[in-house]
Amino acid sequence: MNTTIIRNGHVIDPANKRDEIADLYIAKGRIAEKSEVRDPNSDVEEIDAKGLIVAPGLIDMHVHLREPGFSHKETIESGARAAAAGGFTTIVCMPNTSPVPDNSSTIAWIKDSAARVACVNVLPAGAISKNLAGEELAPIGSLAKAGVVAITDDGHCIQNHEIMRRAVEYARMVGVPVLDHCQDYSLVGNGVVHEGYWSTLLGLPGWPGAGEEAIVMRNILLAELCDHPIHCQHLTTAGSVRLLREARARGVKISGEICPHHIALTDEAIQNFDTNYKMNPPLRSQTDVDALLDGIADGTLSILCSDHAPHAEFEKEVEFDVAPFGIIGLETELGLFIDLLVHKHAKIDIVRLIEMCTIEPARLLKLDAGTLSPGARADVTLIDPALKWTVSVDQFQSASRNSPFNGWKLKGRAVRTIVGGKTVWKL
Amino acid sequence: MTTHWTRKDLLGLRELSADEINFILDTADAFKQVGTREIKKVPSLRGKTLVNFFVEPSTRTRTSFELAALRLSADVINISATTSSLTKGETLKDTARNLEALHADILVLRHGSAGAPQFLANQLKASVINAGDGAHEHPTQALLDLYTIREKRRQIAGLHVAIVGDILFSRVARSNIFGLVKLGARVTLVGPSTLVPREFEKLGVEVSHKVDEVLPKADVVNLLRIQHERQRREYFPGIGEYIRFFGLTKERAKLLKADCLIMHPGPINRGVEIDSEVADGLHSVILNQVTNGLAVRMAVLYLCGGISA
Repeated sequence: MNTTIIRNGHVIDPANKRDEIADLYIAKGRIAEKSEVRDPNSDVEEIDAKGLIVAPGLIDMHVHLREPGFSHKETIESGARAAAAGGFTTIVCMPNTSPVPDNSSTIAWIKDSAARVACVNVLPAGAISKNLAGEELAPIGSLAKAGVVAITDDGHCIQNHEIMRRAVEYARMVGVPVLDHCQDYSLVGNGVVHEGYWSTLLGLPGWPGAGEEAIVMRNILLAELCDHPIHCQHLTTAGSVRLLREARARGVKISGEICPHHIALTDEAIQNFDTNYKMNPPLRSQTDVDALLDGIADGTLSILCSDHAPHAEFEKEVEFDVAPFGIIGLETELGLFIDLLVHKHAKIDIVRLIEMCTIEPARLLKLDAGTLSPGARADVTLIDPALKWTVSVDQFQSASRNSPFNGWKLKGRAVRTIVGGKTVWKL
Repeated sequence: MTTHWTRKDLLGLRELSADEINFILDTADAFKQVGTREIKKVPSLRGKTLVNFFVEPSTRTRTSFELAALRLSADVINISATTSSLTKGETLKDTARNLEALHADILVLRHGSAGAPQFLANQLKASVINAGDGAHEHPTQALLDLYTIREKRRQIAGLHVAIVGDILFSRVARSNIFGLVKLGARVTLVGPSTLVPREFEKLGVEVSHKVDEVLPKADVVNLLRIQHERQRREYFPGIGEYIRFFGLTKERAKLLKADCLIMHPGPINRGVEIDSEVADGLHSVILNQVTNGLAVRMAVLYLCGGISA
């Protein structure tokens, strides 16, 4: 079908400051003007979007697809389906795979594979350092040429400030932003949960908030020194928000993202040693959660993401301190964010929420996505912000089931996902 | 007042009520007499199979559980980390399910990971008894400590108990804190600030870094082992400085009340956390603890073993 008209929807396109009831036209895989679809003989698909939000296709810039190397957890194909079911039309996949994409050919393999099997746009992030070891720079220029949208050692963190400084300086030359998983190894040690009341009570090794904040501070200094964007991944502490707020007010090219679980849950959830509450960085205290919500409200934290981290059941069904970190999130992300940020805490409106999932990441990564401008690729997400639903991991498209949100009742979700004019998922 | 027992597992003291703790201690009273008889054996667990599954090395706790089980007429097998398939890459869950397939009724687990006993208890029909999990809980040690205090001082409520040493990494400390607070004792934790973080105050106890101020007020001093192997991250400058500031030396022992009890879960580092003369002195009830450990473990095995399917 060449032409689609999405009728009577509430079009929200923050990039173009659109917020109105309107029809949206799609022709030849692109957003079109009404005049382009006048031909009455053309085969027109009509979608009734009355009562629904018509948003630019959502972007999640922090996803682990596990391929190559760990296809028992997730594949590019299954991860992309999970993204579509969650309302995401573009995802950025992290480089902690085997082999690590610290070379052009692994990036080419991911892109080829995605082009064949993925129903959404899959954009790879390359490694900053060879084999994510934090010791030698990966060929960042070649990675940029091969099409990475960012570089990161996610899951790891470059401890040597000099190496990080040179990486950022070099990335500036080739024009790719640097993303960083903020974890000071000497402060965090073997920590597995937030250092605080519950770690003290349960005798689990603590992961102090200062272990994140020390690296956030480092990144602020380097972003300033190198005059190049550094984006702090999955931030979790009140101190990180405070540091970021101050630096952004001064115009430093620093940004931060937030995952749903870090505002939906606190470290109290770990008390039964359920490994589906074990993630890195860990669930924090209520004080931190409150500060994160305020950071979202005032724009300090500008990007929403999932840190979708699939693990097989047998890998998670082990002793708490040896279990792998991480939970899946693509299929609960939008529901949790709408439910918590718009409905429950009323920290932002749905327009800002969509902005944080579209044009904010698109601008940072310089993506050709995240808008409904005429001529843009027709990636569109239809959202019912008031739809009540219950999370059921058995219905997930992801190959994994490691979610702590099974059974949660949420309000708001994507009901149809359109990529390049084609519906790839529908409730 | 609890008059019967409903739990299949003993995972920790945090989940028990004061009544349940007292019920275990009362049950232990009955079993303590068994040890003084000529025939030190009762048929309570005859036909039941107990597995001592020790993934972390231990001699005294394992031996105590083994002897307790034998005195209850259970069949006992011992499995340690080196003899289990865990070294061949089998998961804890699979190993435990294999033991259950052999119809083990009671699994006594010592494990380096906090929460491991709860993890198995959720999976298995067999009773799981926590014999120490990481830095989390060591419930039978705390129960035998409570039993010993109660035996010597008749009641625990109102007593001032000082726990001295490496609290941060101690499962003995945590179980003692939970039990003592529930039974109405006043608890002060004493040690270097790196090993006794202030966060512990939220558990309803006091924190002090001045042992000389605490000792004269204490009715019980429970000394914890200073774990040499955990010094890798510089929690304190060295043994010499530890002794100087926190060791229960002969001189410091003079600060103690005449009827103060000195306890230690063992094994003792003589000359480190406690001087030899004090360990062997009049205040010391360290060997009573060992004897009482047997009675308490018999009580726990008897109660939980009676619940298991």
